[in-house]
Amino acid sequence: MSATVAVDSHASVEPSPRIRIGPATAARHGMILASRNIRYLVRTPSSLIDTVIQPVLFLLVFVFLFGGAIAGDWQSYLQTLVPGLMVQITMYASIGTGMALNTDISKGVFDRFRSLPIARSAPLVGAVLGDVLRYVVALTVLLLLAFALGFRIQTDPLSALLACALVVVFGLTLCWMSVIIGMVATGPQAVPGIAMAVILPLTFGSNIFAAPETMPGWLEAWVGINPVTYFVDAVRGLMLGGPTLVPVLISLGAVAGIQIVLMPLALRAYLRRVR
Amino acid sequence: MNTCIRAEGLVKRYGANTALDGVSLGIPRGSIQGVLGPNGAGKTTTVRILATLLRPDEGTVLVDGHDALRDPVSVRGIIGLTGQYASVDEELTGMENLELVGRLLDLSGRQARVRARELVERFELGDAGDRPVKTYSGGMRRRIDLAASLVGRPRVLYLDEPTTGLDPHSRNRLWSIVHGLSDEGTTILLTTQYLEEADQLADRVTVIDQGRVVAEGAPKELKQRVGSQTLHVRPVDPADVRRTEEILTELLGGVRPGVDSERGLLSAPVQDPVLLSALVRRLHDAAISTDELGLGLPSLDDVFLTLTGQKAGKTEPTAAEKGSST
Repeated sequence: MSATVAVDSHASVEPSPRIRIGPATAARHGMILASRNIRYLVRTPSSLIDTVIQPVLFLLVFVFLFGGAIAGDWQSYLQTLVPGLMVQITMYASIGTGMALNTDISKGVFDRFRSLPIARSAPLVGAVLGDVLRYVVALTVLLLLAFALGFRIQTDPLSALLACALVVVFGLTLCWMSVIIGMVATGPQAVPGIAMAVILPLTFGSNIFAAPETMPGWLEAWVGINPVTYFVDAVRGLMLGGPTLVPVLISLGAVAGIQIVLMPLALRAYLRRVR
Repeated sequence: MNTCIRAEGLVKRYGANTALDGVSLGIPRGSIQGVLGPNGAGKTTTVRILATLLRPDEGTVLVDGHDALRDPVSVRGIIGLTGQYASVDEELTGMENLELVGRLLDLSGRQARVRARELVERFELGDAGDRPVKTYSGGMRRRIDLAASLVGRPRVLYLDEPTTGLDPHSRNRLWSIVHGLSDEGTTILLTTQYLEEADQLADRVTVIDQGRVVAEGAPKELKQRVGSQTLHVRPVDPADVRRTEEILTELLGGVRPGVDSERGLLSAPVQDPVLLSALVRRLHDAAISTDELGLGLPSLDDVFLTLTGQKAGKTEPTAAEKGSST
């Protein structure tokens, strides 16, 4: 399929030097497209509502509906749930990257960008950076509501910030998965369905909502190998106190592992559509 | 006049399906080249290759001296592309879309705004420039899309079926814009399904069908080959088709008409409308009555029937079937 033959044999007729785009220019193009995606996020109420409603809904439903049943009283459930929800919310928000890219491809906007003399990476960088804002918005909404309900950071502000940073890094890692889904999905509306099939077992099959000890053995085993569990441990440690070093190291290791596997796949899927 | 766009032997395959089977084009600088063909002929594939969006499996493309395969960035710096569907961000306003392209072309924020305003005014989008593109009509979308491809003042402009689906008023407006751009020296390649559009706009026309060039020339030359008008005649009794064909061949001075044996319809390119009255008389003398008899502008079907070179009695309507245009 991809380009193979008879292309380089005509190297003779070409006198003008080949133009390449340097990393600084590429970064600038990426930022311009990121600001477009951010404008889109702010402009389109539905996409913003998605980002804002999800944390609110999850927090209220789990704290007030299940909190008492799971932890005895909703106040103490709030403390353990919030760090877990931070991770979960970011995973949901990462779906946006794939949707944004797929929308641009199906609407032809991608072709417009590709016909311009810009870095091939720019639309990808734009979509990913645009999503960082989405994570920040979702996290802010979640934490504001949580504080209003009585959630308190039990460590110090710096550790809490580190926790947020770790979550954003996790989101950026997962967006590679989102990119892959965005590249293979037939249309933008197909993206969330595929992404959910991957995300649901990772979020619900973790220690976000309930203690693994209460689960059947097979599920407890899954929770034990699910990297999300270690992210939640790390975020809980950073925000509530307790062991942080080991879970943070495991989390960062997981980030590196996911990057190594998913990034080349995502780039390959992306370049196949961009060439 | 020197050549601005030169494509040689373009081949593009999708699995077993060959979309382009050796298309070559040479487009003089500053001219308007029409690429005429039915749906699926390979027009869009050709444009996408010339615009560096697609790599051919074989062949070479030079755009204003730049090799589109080895140096796509240089080519992108001098071309503008307007596709079949408006490729602008529907959520952004017209102005924002143009400014975004300006920024990506390394204009400053201020320069980008000035250029966007200029284009919005030029394309009579005025107040609509500050409304989201999703509120635009079809004609306005085409114009904002065309404006987006002009932000960088391209020397070469590709228009892929720019008027498909537009009402006659919007279409005429777009045509005058294209004429204006050509007068400014832009080299333009436009694909179309409509002979009339190629006739109105293009200096030269390449007719492609099933991934191959089937004819090339000035619209006038092509029309002379097709005939300025097309005569259709259908005898009531299918048994009369043979005799009608004989009469028509004689009147045409030996040129055999196309015969659609399924529908019992004969058609032939006609230069001189007087032929019609002669035919009426001859049919009357021969006591052949007709369901349908008349002159019309040649349709794309007629163009293909003639240009793809089918001889009388062998009107295998492959191109005609695919290209049902009007």
